[in-house]
Parts: sequence; C-alpha cells; structure tokens
Amino acid sequence: MSLPVYATPLQRIWHVAFRVLCGLIFFFLVAPILIIIPLSFNAQDFFTFTPEMLRLDPAGFSLKHYDDFFNNPDWRLPLLNSLAIAPVAMLISVGLGTLAAIGLSQSHVPFKGAIMAILISPMIVPLVISAAGMYFFYSRIGLQGTYWGVVLAHAALGTPFVIITVTATLVGFDQSLTRAAASLGAGPLRTFFKVQMPLILPGVVAGGLFAFITSFDEVVVVIFLGAPGDKTLPWQMFTGLREQISPTILAAATVLVTVSALLLITLEILRRRSERLRGLSPN
Amino acid sequence: MAEEGLMTKTDGDEFVVFDGVQKSYDGTTLVVKDLNLSVPKGEFLTMLGPSGSGKTTCLMMLAGFETATSGEIRLQGRNINTVPPHKRGIGMVFQNYALFPHMSVAENLAFPLEVRKIGKSEREQKVRRALEMVQMGDFGGRRPAQLSGGQQQRIALARALVFEPELVLMDEPLGALDKQLREQMQFEITRIAHDLGITVVYVTHDQTEALTMSDRVAVFNDGRIQQLATPSDLYEHPANSFVAQFIGENNRLMGTVTRIQGDACIVRLDSGDEIDAKPVNVIRVGDRTQISIRPERVETNKDRLRDGAHTLQAEVLEFIYMGDIFRTRLRVAGHDDFIIKTRNAPDQIRHQPGSMIDIGWLPDDCRALDAPQGT
Repeated sequence: MSLPVYATPLQRIWHVAFRVLCGLIFFFLVAPILIIIPLSFNAQDFFTFTPEMLRLDPAGFSLKHYDDFFNNPDWRLPLLNSLAIAPVAMLISVGLGTLAAIGLSQSHVPFKGAIMAILISPMIVPLVISAAGMYFFYSRIGLQGTYWGVVLAHAALGTPFVIITVTATLVGFDQSLTRAAASLGAGPLRTFFKVQMPLILPGVVAGGLFAFITSFDEVVVVIFLGAPGDKTLPWQMFTGLREQISPTILAAATVLVTVSALLLITLEILRRRSERLRGLSPN
Repeated sequence: MAEEGLMTKTDGDEFVVFDGVQKSYDGTTLVVKDLNLSVPKGEFLTMLGPSGSGKTTCLMMLAGFETATSGEIRLQGRNINTVPPHKRGIGMVFQNYALFPHMSVAENLAFPLEVRKIGKSEREQKVRRALEMVQMGDFGGRRPAQLSGGQQQRIALARALVFEPELVLMDEPLGALDKQLREQMQFEITRIAHDLGITVVYVTHDQTEALTMSDRVAVFNDGRIQQLATPSDLYEHPANSFVAQFIGENNRLMGTVTRIQGDACIVRLDSGDEIDAKPVNVIRVGDRTQISIRPERVETNKDRLRDGAHTLQAEVLEFIYMGDIFRTRLRVAGHDDFIIKTRNAPDQIRHQPGSMIDIGWLPDDCRALDAPQGT
C-alpha cells in the first residue's frame, strides 16, 4: 500500500488525505460505543467523566453499576428473560433457515426468487410495521403477551439472516460431494449430517449468531408482543433511559458490547478454519 | 451401423445392459436416443464423444443420478431404474475428485465402509490396502487440500474401490491433470482394473485415453453410439465419417463412387482423378463419398505399391520436423490440408516444399465412407 515512486504531488496529498478521512469515519462509527466502556466504571451516578476519572484517580472508578446490573431484580429479571428468549428463537431460526436455504439451493425448485423474497421480507419491512402486524395477528390466535409469542416473532426476524448466510456458503458447496456420498452408499440423511452439514456449518453458525443478536437486542416487537413479566434487556434499557436515567444502563451496554464482540470474533475464527479446511487459503 | 462392434462380444454374460434407453431433459429433445449396449463382466468400456454427445448422461443414468425417460437399465439382470443411487453399490470417480474436504484421506476411504457397518479393525485394514494399491500408503492422515491434483485423483480412485464394487464408473477422471501425469494414471487405472477384475465404464472426450485404456470403445455423437468396437478396429476400420474424423488424424477427400466390385470400388475425386478404395458405407454407384486415409498409411515409395495401383500427384507445401516423425503437408486433388507422417529413419526422404511427388496407398487403407451432410 505504499506510494509508487512516480506519484505526483497531488497523488501524495490525496494518499494522506484518504487515510485521514478513513480514520475520521472509523472514529465516528466506533467512538459512541467505546466511550461507554470507561463511563460504565464511574463511581458517581453521572453520565459524564468526573474530575477524579480524568485524573485516573482510583477513587473515581467503581464496579457498582455492574453490581447493580447483576443483582438488582429490575435488571436481573430482564437479563434472564432475554437469555430465555434469544437462544430458543435462535434455534428455531437456525432450523428453519438452514432447511429453507438448502431447499432453495436445489435446481428443480420453482419460483425460487419469489419464495426467497417472502422469506427474507422481515429484514426489509420496517420493524414497527412487522410488530404492529404481529400484534394483531398474534392477538387473534392467543399468542400476544406470551413467552412463545415473543420467541416466534424473534425467530421470524432472525430466520432471514440464517437463510442468507447459509445460502452464501452453499454457493461454494460442491454438489458432486453429495453425489459422491450417494455413490459410496450413504442415504440422504447420512449425507446431510456427515457431508453437507459439516461443510456449511460456518454459515449456519454465522446465521445463528446474527439471529441470536437480533433477538437479544430487539426492542420494538417485544414492546408490542411481550407481557410485562417478560420484559427483556433492551426493553428495560429503553424504559430505564426514559424513566430513571441510571448509569447501570452503561454497565448493561458494556456487557452487551463485549458479548457481541466475542461472538463476532468466534465467527471470524470459524470462518478462517473452514476456509483452511476447504483448501481456499494456505495453512 | 456398428458392423463389427455389436456382434463381437455378446457372449452370454450381460453385466450391464442399456435396453432402448432414451433421455430427455426438457421433454422435447432427446439427449440420448435409443441406446442399446451391453457390457460383459470384467470389461473396460469407454464412452467417447464430443461434449453434448450424451455420454455423460448415460453414465449418470447408470449411476442413478439421472432417470431414463424410457427404456431399461439392467445390472446383473436386475432392472435398476427405480433403485436409488446409494443402493446400487456402484463405485464412482468424479472429474473434480469430489473428496470430502473436512475429512482426512483415511476418513474419506473409511466413509463407504462405515456406511456398510464394517468393524473398526477390518475397516482400517481395507483402508490401508486401498491406499497401498494406489501407492499413497503414507498419506492417510493428510487432508485432501494438502494433496496435489494427481494425488487427489489416486485417493478418489482408492475411495471408489475400497468397498469392493464390481462396477466402477469414471467420469473424465484425468481431465484436470497435466499430460505426463495423465499418461501415468491411464496405465495405472487399467492395471488396477485388470488386477481386481472389475468392470469399468469410463467416460472421456480424449481419444488417446480411450484407445490406450479400453477393451472396447463406444463412440457417441448426437445421442447415439456411432460405433462400438475395439480400439484397433475403431482406428483402422472406422464405420462412418464421424468416427474416422473423431478418432486420430485423418485425411479427407471428397468424391463420387463410379464402380463397386465386391470389396473394392473406384472413386472419382472432385478434381477428376480416380482412386481405388474400400467401400464401407457407400451402396450405389453415384453416391457421394468421403474418402478417409490415415496420414501414416500414405505411401510415397512407388516400389511398395501394388502393380497398377492408382497414384496421385501431390505438391509439398510444408515440411515439419517433429523429432520421431516427419509431418508433411501436401496439396492433393485440390485439398491443401493433406497430411502424411513418415518415420524419422536414416534413409527417409525429407520432402522439400515446392517439389512434386507421387503418393499412393493400399486400397484397404483408403475407406469410402458416407459423405457428411452439406458436402
């Protein structure tokens, strides 16, 4: 990425300016997230840096907001609710999304484009509209205000992510492998679990993580469909901001950011591993 | 149309039979038209043809990945039209190897044995034997991505053989290898096939491969078998102009039959010259015909020709030194793409471009075939 020796002065200026510009964009994207992390260790109940913090005086820092987050029932219950909803919604999304992607990758399926468009529409339709529609529909069939109502709604929102990531891995999947498995005597089920599944696993896991995160920080649908007892973490953060303005929300945010970052790193490691296995990159 | 081929080897044991098989993908055009073929046990049969000739479709129907539109495919006398691929017990080697990339070489080979619920110790023993057979004994722990193309092909071969199928299908297995490796693998595949006594149906578009490896070759074009014969019959006695042109190098001269007398005929070339030929699929005097002569069967030494044999005047256009042979391009009877091949022997004449020579041939080497449409 260094400049060629024949670069003109204008090219040199642009070379530097381009880097600065990229840095600024990056800062703009990341700063609001990163600033939360030091603030969450504030010893005071403020949303600003205290003079003690700026002096890096240990007295200015504390874990009390984390203590509040994990031990105050106002926060602990929503956290547990979120943890009860997101994994179940994710499992449903992964199951349905993977099957849909494999089905849509077969050459003989008619109306593939239309089916695909319908299945990924929850990603495109504004959430408020989906949520309002689900509210009326789920009320009719008695799912509104129930745990399973929220789980099903979140599964519907997460499924498109699974379909897209699994479809993307299937593009690189060599269909002659399933033929090879059949010629070696393996039935369709064994072929799926022993040959196809291990190879598309990175796409399935990636889609699953997206589905998990979708459910874990979803607030609109849960406000429409959730019972007061099923308050989730984002819902609590939303009401917390409006009603009590407690810095505990910063601790909650830090925990969520950390969990998300860890998930994404896991994802990247898995992706590299699969590329190595498939021989796409040198070891 | 296959005069010699179809008759020679139907000695009772019909291991694989295609009986009136047709295949259409879209319901209107037939990719395979009325295929009748029987392969005896232990034969190495090659389906040879240009792309789109239906040869791969036939292989896929035999493997069970495509279903015949009509007709019957039998394996050991049993109709297998409705048997799914995984229950046919047919080994298959794919063009792109199709090794499972997430399994080691040994796991790839153990896969068909696990499916057949073979115990661990017997499994390991069979895997080791199969690897040794393809001279890859030390590679069991590697991943397919860590092997070269030729090594991957050996593993694919071992995997198709490890569960001891009696029939193995190969779909252009050497297509992706370089020339030297290809020749070595040709030899090895035929050796292993004969050692194990398995029946092989091999698909390729490479005629050298077909000639060197096969017991019999089925030449496909336009969804039909044009000729089914042994390699030497195919090369020396092509049954029609397509086969003559497709197999090996071939000189073509166009003309009209003027006299037929049993096993010989006289053909008047478009230039007016008359030559002797062997009638193959011309029937009447006045038929248009394509004369086919192999470049190495053209004789430039008059002494070696039969008395009274017709000769033609030829102008030397180009002399190409190729090491083991000389390749000389001539203008003969108005065609300037007439090739002769002569062996590089000490007394061999090196024809100079511009010189005029007389060429001739034995009538048996000069075959009067059907004229392709539009000529």
